[in-house]
Amino acid sequence: MLANFTPTASDILRFLPETILIAAGTLMMVLDPFLTASKPKFFGHLSIVAFLAAMFAAVAANGDPGFAYSNLLIVDGFATYFRILCITIGIFAVFSSYHYLDREKAETSEYHALILFAVSGQCLMAAANDLIMIFIGLEISSIASYVLAGYLRHDKRNNEAALKYFLLGSFATGFLLYGVALVYGITGSTKLNEIHKIMAAPGISLVMASVAAALMIIGLGFKVSGAPFQMWAPDVYQGAPAPVSAFLATAPKAAAFAIFLRIFMTAFQPIASSWEPILWMMALLSMTIGNFAALTQKNVKRMLGYSSIAHAGYLLVALTSRSEIGVTAAMFYLAAYALMNIGAFAVVIHMAGKGETNVQIDDMAGLAKKQPFTAAVLTVFVLSLIGVPLTGGFFGKFYIFRAALESNLVWLAVLGLLNSAVAAYYYLRLLVVMYMHEPSEATEALEPLTPGLRVALVLPAIGTFILGILPGFVLNFARDAASLGK
Amino acid sequence: MNLLDIIIAIPALGFILALLIPRSNAQLSRLFALGVSLVTFVASLGLVTGFDSKSTGQQFVTNFVWIQNPEIHYHVGIDGLSLWLIMLSTFLTPIAILISWEYIQDRVKEFFAFLLLLEFGLIGVFASWDLFLFYAFWEVVLVPMYFLIGIWGHDRRIYAAVKFFLYTMVGSVLMLAAIIFLYTQAGTFDYVTVLDMLQSGRIALTHLQETLLFLAFFLAFAIKVPLFPLHTWLPDAHVEAPTAGSVMLASVMLKMGTYGLVRFCLPMFPGAAKENAPWIATLAIIGIVYGALVAMVQPNMKKLVAYSSVSHLGFVVLGVFSFNQMGLDGAVYQMLTHGISTGALFVLVGFLYERKHSLAIKDYGGIATVAPWLSIIFLITTFASIGLPTLSNFVGEFLVLQGAAIRSFSWAAFAALGVILSACYMLWMYQRVFFGTVDGVEVADSHGGHGGHDDAHAAHGHDAHAAGDHGHDSHGHGFPDLNLREWACVLPLVAMMVWMGMYSQSFLPVVSAQNAHILDTTRKGPQASNVNITPVPGGNAHAR
Repeated sequence: MLANFTPTASDILRFLPETILIAAGTLMMVLDPFLTASKPKFFGHLSIVAFLAAMFAAVAANGDPGFAYSNLLIVDGFATYFRILCITIGIFAVFSSYHYLDREKAETSEYHALILFAVSGQCLMAAANDLIMIFIGLEISSIASYVLAGYLRHDKRNNEAALKYFLLGSFATGFLLYGVALVYGITGSTKLNEIHKIMAAPGISLVMASVAAALMIIGLGFKVSGAPFQMWAPDVYQGAPAPVSAFLATAPKAAAFAIFLRIFMTAFQPIASSWEPILWMMALLSMTIGNFAALTQKNVKRMLGYSSIAHAGYLLVALTSRSEIGVTAAMFYLAAYALMNIGAFAVVIHMAGKGETNVQIDDMAGLAKKQPFTAAVLTVFVLSLIGVPLTGGFFGKFYIFRAALESNLVWLAVLGLLNSAVAAYYYLRLLVVMYMHEPSEATEALEPLTPGLRVALVLPAIGTFILGILPGFVLNFARDAASLGK
Repeated sequence: MNLLDIIIAIPALGFILALLIPRSNAQLSRLFALGVSLVTFVASLGLVTGFDSKSTGQQFVTNFVWIQNPEIHYHVGIDGLSLWLIMLSTFLTPIAILISWEYIQDRVKEFFAFLLLLEFGLIGVFASWDLFLFYAFWEVVLVPMYFLIGIWGHDRRIYAAVKFFLYTMVGSVLMLAAIIFLYTQAGTFDYVTVLDMLQSGRIALTHLQETLLFLAFFLAFAIKVPLFPLHTWLPDAHVEAPTAGSVMLASVMLKMGTYGLVRFCLPMFPGAAKENAPWIATLAIIGIVYGALVAMVQPNMKKLVAYSSVSHLGFVVLGVFSFNQMGLDGAVYQMLTHGISTGALFVLVGFLYERKHSLAIKDYGGIATVAPWLSIIFLITTFASIGLPTLSNFVGEFLVLQGAAIRSFSWAAFAALGVILSACYMLWMYQRVFFGTVDGVEVADSHGGHGGHDDAHAAHGHDAHAAGDHGHDSHGHGFPDLNLREWACVLPLVAMMVWMGMYSQSFLPVVSAQNAHILDTTRKGPQASNVNITPVPGGNAHAR
């Protein structure tokens, strides 16, 4: 029987966010020759408009949930949550890029087009119900990310970051594909909901299924920078342009966790007992390696790179608890994590100076004396990263460890919490240099905050407080979405 | 919105508004913070007058759902235990602001804003009846204190601030694990409900679980108290903190730990508490004696007072783990009186430091002749601190020793060593600072006789006093006596020392009633079922 290829109105609506982002990205490429010279900021504005339109479309699509395009896509609360999250991150990435691109004299349309493409891939990942769709979304996102990491192509550090990211990333994608192939071999399907049914049925080869799960854990573990597949993260975050690092540390990671959660909570959920111990180890390793390696870092970007590994570890704890509360916790934490990281990176962008010469922790010395507002806002993010109450970071962590304890992962929870006490040490260093040291040359020569960065600082800070003090709205949405259609 | 909510809200709003004051107007920041803290204090007096001393339940309760799921309540209220600790916080904050009036000249706005944030957190800790809320306040308190030490402290301030933060953090994450675990068992964070469930056996804990939970809470509190051998952050933090920081730290923040022991460890895990009492009491006694011995040899006044705190807080822990009315009453009373007397000591040492920019005892001498009022106030505080009858600390220490003796005579005997030693180190410091020559460093002509003077000090205070006179003329002008602002700081403290020493009846009955109630809940083990509806014997305790 031939499938009907004519899309219905619902199909179109449910795929609208990605459509808008891709159309806007393509439009930029077309407009580039006419506008780059005369209106360098135009493309940034255009992508913000496109992002807002896509977000609107994502919300509208959520009003009509269901499958689209012969079950290749699924629009549910979970998809909508991650679409909105990735689009939000995209918006902040653009806001924090204006000043940076201007400073580096690198305003082009392709930068903004690449971010739009990357986010479209991430939205696709969030809404995919099919392993092939997941792969396509992942590749759209990844390839755009590789290019972005090497965006300033005359800068050696950018080149190194891009090459490393590309080689290791492709390698990991290979593992993921092997996993997909095996799953198809076992179940004869690439649709997650169908795989779930077959996996749950008796007579499935547990060994083969476990191998498939393990291969996918390797691939996805790389994408979320979980140990022992974390090596690339500090190098890439350090080498890539600062706004790109901010983007890479948040959006692809959120999307990768979205598919991680969806695949393992639907397709592989019936064989959970075989992958839970792997994730348990991975979570503990990520937290420990990330936090202990971050202790000695001198470069802020690199430190945030290691810290992102540790945060991936906390998120893996949520995944290991393999319950709806765990999914909710991971979803909530990703939002909190995205906000605090964007904010922290925005300060790095602000401080870095032309050619990113001032990205050492010591370069932040005395910031509180020169720019008390910037310092205060960074303090909010740092406290959230530490996990001090009344911030989103704390509530997210609390929720993750609650999920872990409800699933009887007592030791993982205790070790994770102790880890977060270790983490306090290196985050505190930022506060120490900002508030307790005399101003450095870098802070003495600091320019005032530009409007774009101000947006990328203030809104995430407000968001961090909202998630910490009134988490109800986001939490309820996440909880409703966490069932994943079961 | 009742009075307690207002008292919590005022410093919080004050903090936000204080941040909006223009940086250039430092005087406004000071006045604003003082105003806010005084309003808070006056409002908190309403808690005392409105407190129903016959009830051991919560009063001034506000309870509404803060976060829907998991259900977390904003549940605040006070009882006889928290009432005086909240009063202590609101009473000391204006004093902490006043003593910083001239001393703090750098980043004035932030300093006073942080003091208000600290007050908010402290009141919140003592008022919370929801475990999550309690934890939130517990951690929030860390932030302003971290900055107070780290920005405005002395030379090694960064080390001290980070150490302070990390020590507390390690303890509190384990407490968080315990709190979440209790939640997974009880399905609520509400303290009273969790307590009921624990007592009625509706949460069935294994022996191991109870012990681990007890230890998780206990570790967090023991670090904060601090109990020997977890005390090492304290001398660093105290010495490096600015005066206001030391005062708030010693007087109120340490009480968070002892409050937690009484509020959570005892009633929630009575079995484990009793089982572990012997080694905890032993550590407390070691702390008492060790703290006193180390205080004895300190060359630095602040460090001396800091170690004396380790010693005094040992009494509190000993009293708590004596498991009887007298010990517990004494412990709580000691918490309050230590807050007043040690707070006063730090204030006075701060005055000395502002005059001479040194904390070393050897840099002082003969202050009694140039600043007699300061010396008299210091002497009264010293007497209070060493537990002289009629002054405040006597009551608490006496009760603790009596309570400890009921439990085990040897506990009391060893602990009493601490009382004796405290007289030694405090009076010896007093003698070296206030008697003798005015400027030990400067007086070259009498250098040969200096060692002789020191010997004489011990034997005849009068001779030494007289010997100080000749330094008076040359160096007296540099060392003014108390000014009006300083009087305003110390007079209320001295008044409290006398009041609490002479007429403990104003404070103790409320505490006693509450303690009786707590002890009563402790006696009901988890074995006894339906405890919550069993009528409670005795007049002090009332079932809720």
